[in-house]
Amino acid sequence: MEAASLPAALELAAGGGAGLSPEKRAVLGASLLLLQRDYRFERVWFWGCIRGVRGAYYIAEGLGPDRAAPRSRLYRCGGPASPPLRAADGTCLGRWDRGGRFRGWGEKRGRSEGAAQLSWREPRCAPEGPGKAASSPVLQRARACVVLVAGSLNCVEWSLLPPVTEEMVAQAEQLKGRFQGDPSFEYEYTEINAEDAERLFEDGKEPMIKEESRLVATIEQIDKAVGIIPRGAFVKTPLGSVRENRNFEGLSLTEAKKLSSYFHFTEPVNLKNKTLLEKADLDPSTDFLDSLEHDIPQGSWTVQLEKGGTVVVLRSLLWLGLTFYHVPMTKQYGYVYFGTGEKNLDLPFML
Amino acid sequence: MYQSSALGLDPYQTQEPESAYQTYAAGQDPYQAYQHGHGPYQPHEPGYGLYQPGYSPYDDQIPDPKSRMLAIQNAKAYLLKSSTTSGLNLYDHLANMLTKILDEQPANAVDIIENISKDVKWAQFQKKMDTLRDEHEILPTFEAAEKHKALFLRANGEGDEELEEEIGETPLPNVMETAFYFEQAGIGLSKDEFYHIFLALKKLISVQPIQTCRFWGKILGLEMNYIIAEVQYHEGEEEEETEEEEVIEEGGKGMGEVEDEDEKKEDEPPKSTYKPPPVIPKEENGTGANKYVYFVCNEPGKPWVKLPPVTPAQIVCARKIKKFFTGRLDAPVVSFPPFPGNEANYLRAQIARISAGTQISPIGFYQFAEEEGDEEEEEGGGRDTYEENPDFQPLSVAEMVGSLSAWVHHGQSILNQGRCVWLNPFQKSEEEEEEDEEEEKAEEPNELQQEIGPPLLTPLSEDEGIQNIPAWTAEASTNLIPQYAVAILQSNRWPGAYAFASGRKFDNIYFGWGHKYSPENHIPALPPPVQAEYPSGPEIAETRDPTLEEELAFKAAREEALAAAEEEEDEEDVDEDEEDEDDD
Repeated sequence: MEAASLPAALELAAGGGAGLSPEKRAVLGASLLLLQRDYRFERVWFWGCIRGVRGAYYIAEGLGPDRAAPRSRLYRCGGPASPPLRAADGTCLGRWDRGGRFRGWGEKRGRSEGAAQLSWREPRCAPEGPGKAASSPVLQRARACVVLVAGSLNCVEWSLLPPVTEEMVAQAEQLKGRFQGDPSFEYEYTEINAEDAERLFEDGKEPMIKEESRLVATIEQIDKAVGIIPRGAFVKTPLGSVRENRNFEGLSLTEAKKLSSYFHFTEPVNLKNKTLLEKADLDPSTDFLDSLEHDIPQGSWTVQLEKGGTVVVLRSLLWLGLTFYHVPMTKQYGYVYFGTGEKNLDLPFML
Repeated sequence: MYQSSALGLDPYQTQEPESAYQTYAAGQDPYQAYQHGHGPYQPHEPGYGLYQPGYSPYDDQIPDPKSRMLAIQNAKAYLLKSSTTSGLNLYDHLANMLTKILDEQPANAVDIIENISKDVKWAQFQKKMDTLRDEHEILPTFEAAEKHKALFLRANGEGDEELEEEIGETPLPNVMETAFYFEQAGIGLSKDEFYHIFLALKKLISVQPIQTCRFWGKILGLEMNYIIAEVQYHEGEEEEETEEEEVIEEGGKGMGEVEDEDEKKEDEPPKSTYKPPPVIPKEENGTGANKYVYFVCNEPGKPWVKLPPVTPAQIVCARKIKKFFTGRLDAPVVSFPPFPGNEANYLRAQIARISAGTQISPIGFYQFAEEEGDEEEEEGGGRDTYEENPDFQPLSVAEMVGSLSAWVHHGQSILNQGRCVWLNPFQKSEEEEEEDEEEEKAEEPNELQQEIGPPLLTPLSEDEGIQNIPAWTAEASTNLIPQYAVAILQSNRWPGAYAFASGRKFDNIYFGWGHKYSPENHIPALPPPVQAEYPSGPEIAETRDPTLEEELAFKAAREEALAAAEEEEDEEDVDEDEEDEDDD
């Protein structure tokens, strides 16, 4: 959901019982704006919250001029007690104290250098600092997926997530169970077959995956699978970039109840498989994405009218916790994820 | 005049007008003024851009008027030509479009000019239908708003007397207070929805004789959601619905007896020795899993529906299946093992499971009733009643969050059998003795172990986690203002179950899909193995049919044997059935 309309949007998407506390709302309102300023994003979307066992991650996405480019994702974690920061070999480097400062054990107050994990205060990809991030060529490319993970108790600081790679996604798919809430937590592969292990780790690396990687892979999967927008909300310009459609006035009530009026906001997969007859009716400026009607399994979306029929709410059953809302005949729409970050693989049995 | 300086054109290149129409494209020749004498140099000066080679800038009169006028008239006539398909003409359309643009002054109009044109056409088309007035659309939103409005109206006939009654002891829970505390943790619905639920509960209380009432939570469904209220009736005022169920059972027995009589006249096929496992009776209303009565509605404003009491068979089956709720109470639950009931029963079973697993309270709030003589017949010796402790001393938030032993379950846990209190189904009751006369007793009653679950008011620290995840996650609602923080517990076993505690106040609530968490994928029950055939032995072993010669030989041999037997005056019983069996 748009950071600018966060309070109103949270009210509309609250039908599932999950939302933000007033404290979080207030802090996000301010910190998302600062994010926009620091990273020079054109738009900042509050993506949602992934609840781990010991803490939660709050995710924001930043978009550049081309909305369809890979997004920058930033995260911050909030939790009861922030876990200690660990180096790759497992030695504990320190922990956040109550005031939100990082204290390294055995080191002076402040950043702990030489940590396997880069310093919490600086984003991973841009060593110059957030202010100069936009100019860094590395970040330009990685702009699409910046996940900010704030790692302090008061969750004001955001951190950039590394850009997602296919290897990360493949590794993350092997993992099961809840997120822990600690970005430096390392999962061990105990259940993986010997063959898979050889295939994935040909370099002889140890089979460990950090929770941060799992986080960014999960976010990417969720966005790809169930990140949706209403039809006509975005247009593709003749040059190929995707912008918001300024003439989008909202779907009508009848249109809003149909699954075909919503698109996956990701690279289309089924579009080229359509017959010529179907393609003839499409408008290339607005119909350049896959619609929801052909999602497998059928029925993996619930469409409901809430608040007395004034809001259309779509909930995904594949990723439980993703809620999309739209007020028909207005420009208000958005999606947010509040959940545990696990795919619902039992879906075919449950329908 | 609206001139826009079109940059990018070579200022030194004079554009030769090739068409018959003079194009007053401004900005083309900004330097021409220098070349041709004094004229307006700046864009804001009047007459700027009008200066064309060969003409003075103040020359508004168009030379050679006749041909020019003719050309203009031809152009205008062309523009005014109506389209054969839509009846519009370009002149009017352009005029309307420019009017709209000038009125609204959108930014970067040239980028969205096509959309503006489309909008103008669309608006035109609509206007022409004014001769027929559209019937006022009755949107479903209006009906829903009506229902919501009805919630806010007080029922007629209530005078001031009712007001006094309401202010006193009322079973109506303070939903908004609960909503406030849960909101501190980011849990809950929007305030509007909470308020509607509040009013709907008030309506429920005014209709039913209710002693205590609580907003239990919301369960999401595919088509509609469920809002659930947990209710306890006044003692003795409960409606007797159990009579209907007994009537159905007796009817079934009568049918069975009639069939037996018919079959006795013919050769009875072998009777099955299968004895189905005994049906475990459900717990009485007001005890165990049926301690509370639950009412559901799809949306506040719709009528409340009472859910039937839950039976152990339903709970046992609900543990094995995982299905989404559709939102309609009469929908069938298609699953394996087949669920004995429809969605209302499944919903009730899930509510029972969730309540048993996640209804918690701070330690010390409830205590056991001190009188032990009033305990009902229980074999386990556990207590199932509790009462509020008047001497309750609330713990601080830090203690509530820090240790899980500061919380206890006040919902009785459900045993594997499906009940909270174990019942031996093989105990002889009056009805079962009649059936046991003919058949031997199975050896099973001795094997059934009495199931014991954790007693009431066990602390949460005894809860088992799933793999390496603790059963509950505790946190304070805020770390910035610890003086006013609220202790929040989230269940990891039943995602969606929350509890808060702040001082003397606490509550539980559920928002979710109604399923238990399992890190492993759901494995549906397999169908039972194929039943074994009749055990094979020599009597039913198939052999080859004897050939004609063999039969004749056998017959001859038999006659000889008969003759020999008669001579010896020994009668032997010859089984002639063997021949009959071979023919099968």
